[in-house]
Amino acid sequence: MGLDIKFPIGLMFTIFGIMLTIFGFFTTGNEMYVRSLSININLWSGIFMVLFGVSMLIPAIMQRKKKNV
Amino acid sequence: MNASFALSWLDYAIMLIYFVFVLGIGWALKKYMKDASAFLEAGRSLPAWVTGLAFISANLGALEVIGMAASGAKYGLATVHFYWIGAIPAMIFLAIFMMPFYYGSKARSVPEYLKLRFDEKTRGLNAVSFAIMTIFASGISMYALALLLENLLGWNFHLSLIISAVIVLVYTYLGGLSSAIYNEVLQFFLIVIGFLPLVILGLIHVGGWEGMVANMNSPELAHSWKHIGPQHEMGSWMGIVFGLGFVLSFGYWCTNFLVVQRAMAAGSMSAARKTPLIGAIPKMFIPFLVIVPGMIAIALLNMADSGYALPLKGNSYDYDLVIPSLLQYYLPTGVLGLGLTALMASFMSGMAGNVTAFNTVFTYDIYQSYIKPNKSDKHYLRVGQITTIVGVGVSILTAYVAAMFNNVMDFLQLIFAFINAPLFATFVLGMFAKRTTGHGAFWGLLSGILSAALVHGFTQPAGATSLIKGGWMGTTLKTFPSEMAQNFNIAIVAFSVALVLTFVISLATKRTKTDEELKGLVYSLTPKYVDEEKVWYKKPVALSVIIGAIAIALSIIFW
Repeated sequence: MGLDIKFPIGLMFTIFGIMLTIFGFFTTGNEMYVRSLSININLWSGIFMVLFGVSMLIPAIMQRKKKNV
Repeated sequence: MNASFALSWLDYAIMLIYFVFVLGIGWALKKYMKDASAFLEAGRSLPAWVTGLAFISANLGALEVIGMAASGAKYGLATVHFYWIGAIPAMIFLAIFMMPFYYGSKARSVPEYLKLRFDEKTRGLNAVSFAIMTIFASGISMYALALLLENLLGWNFHLSLIISAVIVLVYTYLGGLSSAIYNEVLQFFLIVIGFLPLVILGLIHVGGWEGMVANMNSPELAHSWKHIGPQHEMGSWMGIVFGLGFVLSFGYWCTNFLVVQRAMAAGSMSAARKTPLIGAIPKMFIPFLVIVPGMIAIALLNMADSGYALPLKGNSYDYDLVIPSLLQYYLPTGVLGLGLTALMASFMSGMAGNVTAFNTVFTYDIYQSYIKPNKSDKHYLRVGQITTIVGVGVSILTAYVAAMFNNVMDFLQLIFAFINAPLFATFVLGMFAKRTTGHGAFWGLLSGILSAALVHGFTQPAGATSLIKGGWMGTTLKTFPSEMAQNFNIAIVAFSVALVLTFVISLATKRTKTDEELKGLVYSLTPKYVDEEKVWYKKPVALSVIIGAIAIALSIIFW
């Protein structure tokens, strides 16, 4: 089946990651982080998910280019 | 727990985006669904890493996540027996010894293998019981999820039930097994990444592993093997090693079509054999994701200043609420949406697994075999699609039955446990002894099921109050420390009875299949398969040794 699942997985996590990173950045110091032990868990999870998403997207895009050449 | 999960637009946005992606994957695969094999078998074309992660993800349903966290809180680290001894050896055995027959025989399902190896009645028994079982399983987990969402978020029970079922229906209807499998891979990563913040925050909070163990106030909860014995709630060594680790685990991982179907969808024999092995790698570490939260919860309950509370159910804790209550306790809006989406993803991966296994068994092993044989491929494709709709419909119905008659479900699950217990005896004799006959397999299996019921009737777990827990024969010959220990021992008896009777009846009956017919189905009659992989660490045997060594090392570290 001609679907490279790395692409949707990478895309979804990159989107989630960007959303949480931006949200985390603008809510730094917000009282809602008291429950997460004063750790800005949105920011950290966001950054981690961007890294994971991109690491899935890069090989997916490279393979796609190889096919088209 | 009060319904005070304050969800914001961000949490809902994450859920919506997730829904768009799962449906989008189904939509993208729609154009490939041209014949029954593409729809029901994913065209046998998928790469090993995809089927491998799907193999584990289909098993990582919401009931598994919630149940294992509950078990982690009740029994502590001993719950890992469901993973290291209760899954890894069976997965290795499936990869090395059984996959060559499943994949090489060109059987399209596990029941069809039984038909090729034995006869029609053995297939029928397996196909019908499996079909009913999977559809009920998906209904029960649907009910559990909807109940959770209702209690947690105050969502309407009926609405969340219908919406979650319809999403699964749409993507499995559009893209069939490949859609289910590809989505299981996506869901696998989402489950891991969604629950990770919970585990990390929890461990930081309770003072790392050491702090967690110290705060649990009962050191035996931090060991897997050290305190196992006749008085342990998980039972004796014999029960765990032989009952859980051998009979139940091999019976599930090596014969349950829900998981085996993922390996059968692989693109080559080599990929099919690697599927369970690739799945075994994350499987070894899933305990840290699902069992550790239960242990964290116990530690938090003992920390006076934590302010954490686990709701009660009767006069003990409602352990099923460990994961939801921790989500609520630690996660602010944002990661909270991610965690809830992960919970839904685990539900969907489990349900899609059930639905795709059901429609294949129904279409090939029931409809094509008994109702309308010799129709065109297009006809069976259509039947597969309609079965998908009907299957989801019946699951929804089952969910309502579960909501209304809780004890009906307990009763059914009990019957299924009896049916599953002796199954591995049939397969192991079928695959490794060419003398085993169809009559032997069928009657041996049936006797195994009956003996499981009988043992259940004569034994009880400690503190049993209803006959659904056992002892309905009137006299209780043995009382086990827990239901789990009772189950392990029932399995041992059922397996032994099936093994011996299958063997004896086989010797007393005539063989109906010639050596030639059994080629590719029985070990001694099949040319030894040489793996095409050249790199040593990609060879199934080398991979198995590495995985086995890691599992043993983990068991020793957490002894």
